[in-house]
Formats: sequence, structure tokens, C-alpha cells
Amino acid sequence: MDQKPFSQGLLSSEADSQRTLYPYVTGTSVVALKYKDGILMAADMGGSYGSTLRYKSVERMKSIGKHSLLGASGELSDFQEILRYLDELILYDNMWDDGNSLGPKEVHSYLTRVMYNRRNKFNPLWSSLVLGGVKNGEKYLGMVSMIGVHFEDNHVATGFGNHLARPILREEWHENLSFEDGVKLLEKCMRVLLYRDRSAVNKLQIAKITEEGVTVSQPYSLKTFWGFSAFSNPTVGAEGSW
Amino acid sequence: MTKQQANWSPYDNNGGSCVAIAGADYCVIAADTRMSTGYNILTRDYSKITKLADKCVMASSGFQADVKALQKLLAARHLIYQHQHNKQMGCPAMAQLLSNTLYYKRFFPYYSFNVLGGLDNEGKGCVYTYDAVGSYERVGYSSQGSGSTLIMPFLDNQLKSPSPLLLPVQDAITPLSESEAVDLVKTVFASATERDIYTGDKLEIVVLNAEGIQREFMDLRKD
Repeated sequence: MDQKPFSQGLLSSEADSQRTLYPYVTGTSVVALKYKDGILMAADMGGSYGSTLRYKSVERMKSIGKHSLLGASGELSDFQEILRYLDELILYDNMWDDGNSLGPKEVHSYLTRVMYNRRNKFNPLWSSLVLGGVKNGEKYLGMVSMIGVHFEDNHVATGFGNHLARPILREEWHENLSFEDGVKLLEKCMRVLLYRDRSAVNKLQIAKITEEGVTVSQPYSLKTFWGFSAFSNPTVGAEGSW
Repeated sequence: MTKQQANWSPYDNNGGSCVAIAGADYCVIAADTRMSTGYNILTRDYSKITKLADKCVMASSGFQADVKALQKLLAARHLIYQHQHNKQMGCPAMAQLLSNTLYYKRFFPYYSFNVLGGLDNEGKGCVYTYDAVGSYERVGYSSQGSGSTLIMPFLDNQLKSPSPLLLPVQDAITPLSESEAVDLVKTVFASATERDIYTGDKLEIVVLNAEGIQREFMDLRKD
């Protein structure tokens, strides 16, 4: 193996091609909250290539094992890589065949270690992950960022969701939300994101995880309202301007 | 072709403040529970305090992923110590271990600002204060984190013993009673919360004394 010349440090152009520099195909926000029976999570189905909306049917939420649901934003190929890691993790867990199965806390812990270790090697997985699940009646909802920052809370969001959805959730979330109320609250957040996040698309899925298991809804769109009078006559305050 | 510049940072500051005060036979360790990134609050209910050994508690603020990794490492090393020596690690021993662990990553540091609090081998309160690369000192009181510039001068005013250069040597340990020290900590955090945007939400106070470990919480301003 040839030695790198001393002048080529960690960020040399040869080493560069071997590590993540910036994301290419990205997903936008994921929003999730705890409700009475478990966790509700929502994400749209867009995969953007810079400012182009390249993919319109991307499933950004996947079930992990029996008890967990993973949603991701950021680089989609890194999300797929993480799913491969988790597949192997769940496989080995099943192979023990001992009646135990990894719960959401354990999966969250595993993901945190993976993300942190990649950050330590200066080759991050460019994703923000939301991990939710229910095991033995205990609800769990956590988040991991691309540099390994992680926490657990009653409601979480990635990307723009942090700016637009979290404030709504802080105001309106409460313990023991019913399923209908939880969905309405999530849809309210997704609608605001749709209006204000330019990389959001109006095709989303909502996923539910309870003690019984995971259900991911069919894709659907939100009703939006654009009939504001200011839109119909935009130059009314300054005739002659464009 | 110009050299690629990294467009991400391996570090982030998740904010928060930590304080520890040593007394004659107790130690108070406190930290707020807010976790932030940039101008966002990620969560209002996140503990920065961890029990490393029966007589040793650590509070850390800075980059949360590094803080967590550091706490995990020290907890693991403590477990090994217990297996090998059949006893808990004392606070001065843990203090040295923390310093060595931090210096080990001198050239890619843990962005973690720590205060270690506990009871020494004679049962007196001890506080050790650190920088990110392991430089440490035993003191009577200390604060670290985003609010430390606001908190430290106030603690100096209330607690500072006469100069260590004087003879006879006077202890850095405060003569305050346990409840007085806890009240001081509450006052200090209420003030820091007013002016430091990264400090607030809730205050977690841990008291270590001969009876064991007690924990209490106090609400702070959420703005």
C-alpha cells in the first residue's frame, strides 16, 4: 500500500472520494409524536436532487423488527445503508431464537453509536433519524442527528420540522392524545411545512406504531387553501408595479 | 482544482450550565435540563448529570454526543475497576481517570466541559473542574458551560475563601450549610437563566452526603 505524501492530510483529494462531502438526494422533515396507544410519525414522499424534485414516491419510514419504526431525512442513500445495518442487527437478534427482541430503546442506542462512530471517522451518514416504538406498554420516541446528538422526547422533528412543527407541538401536544387528535395535529404540522418548506411535497404517509405492530398508511395529500384575496389581486396596493 | 473544504462540523454546542459546590460533609452538583442547537431548543428535559460511583457525580455540558460517549466510557471503566478491586472508585481516583481520558483525545477532543463532585476518602466534599482536554484542579466550587461566565463571578463573590497563598492554609471548602448551598445554587441558576439563552427550562440538583444521594428539581424560565 503506497504511503500518502506528508502534505496530503485528512482532507486530500484522494481521501475525499472515499467519504461523504455533501448530500445528493435528500428527504425533508420527519415529524413524530407520542399518543395514547403509541407513536405517530409523518413524512412526505419526496426525494430532492438539489432543487429538482427527482423522486416522488420515496418511503422515508420503515418498520424495524417487531417494535420500532424508523423515519429519516437527509441523504436517502445513507438511509438505505442504515436499513441494511439494521436488517443485519435484527437478523442476528432473531437468530438467537430466545423469545427476546430488540426494542426501540435498544435500536435507538445502536443507531446513536453508528452515527457517532461515523462522525468520529470524519465520514458521516448524512441523515437525521427519528426512532419510535412501543414495547411492553412503554412508548419510546427518540432522535439521532448526523453527528450523534441524540435525545428522547414526547414529540420530535427533523430539519425544517424543528423550526415549524415543534412550536405547534409544544403548544398543542398533551398526554393521551387520541388517534384522531394525533393525526389531526400531525397533519397541521405537515400542512405548515408544505406551505413554507420549499422541498416539501404534497404526498405524505402517516405511520402508526402500537403494541400490536406497525401500520404505514397509503400515500395521500393534504388539502391546501390558496384563495386569499391578497393573492387574487397582488398589486392592489401599488398599481403599475409588477 | 482547489482543495475541498469540509462543509460540516464534527462539533456542535448543545449548551447548558453546570455547577458544583463542596461543603464540609456534603457536595451539591447542579445543571439545567435544556438541550439546544443553534437558536433551537431540542428538548427541555435532558439530564446532564450522571452518577459515576457511589461517592462521585459528574455534570457535563458542551457537545452532547461527546458528553454521552465520555460518560459511557467512564461508567464502563468504573465497572472494570469494581470487578478488579471489589470496591467502588473514590472521587479523587475518578478525577484522575477523567483527566487521562480527556487527554487521550488531545488531538480530536471531547467537546465536554465537566465538573466532578463527590466526597473524598475522609467524607469531605470535593469538586474537581476540567477543561476540554483534561486539565484539572480540585476546588471548593466551580461552574462550567454556557452560563459559567455569568455564574462563576457570583460564586466567587459569595464563596471565595481568602487567597491560598496565605498562611496558615485555609480550606477551599465552603462553611455554608447544605440547605444554604442548595439555595445559592437555585439563585445562581435563576440569574443565569435570565441572561443566557442556552440555560433554562428546569434545574436538576443532586446532593451527595453521608446518607447517600438526593435529587431535586426546580422550574426555570422557559424563554
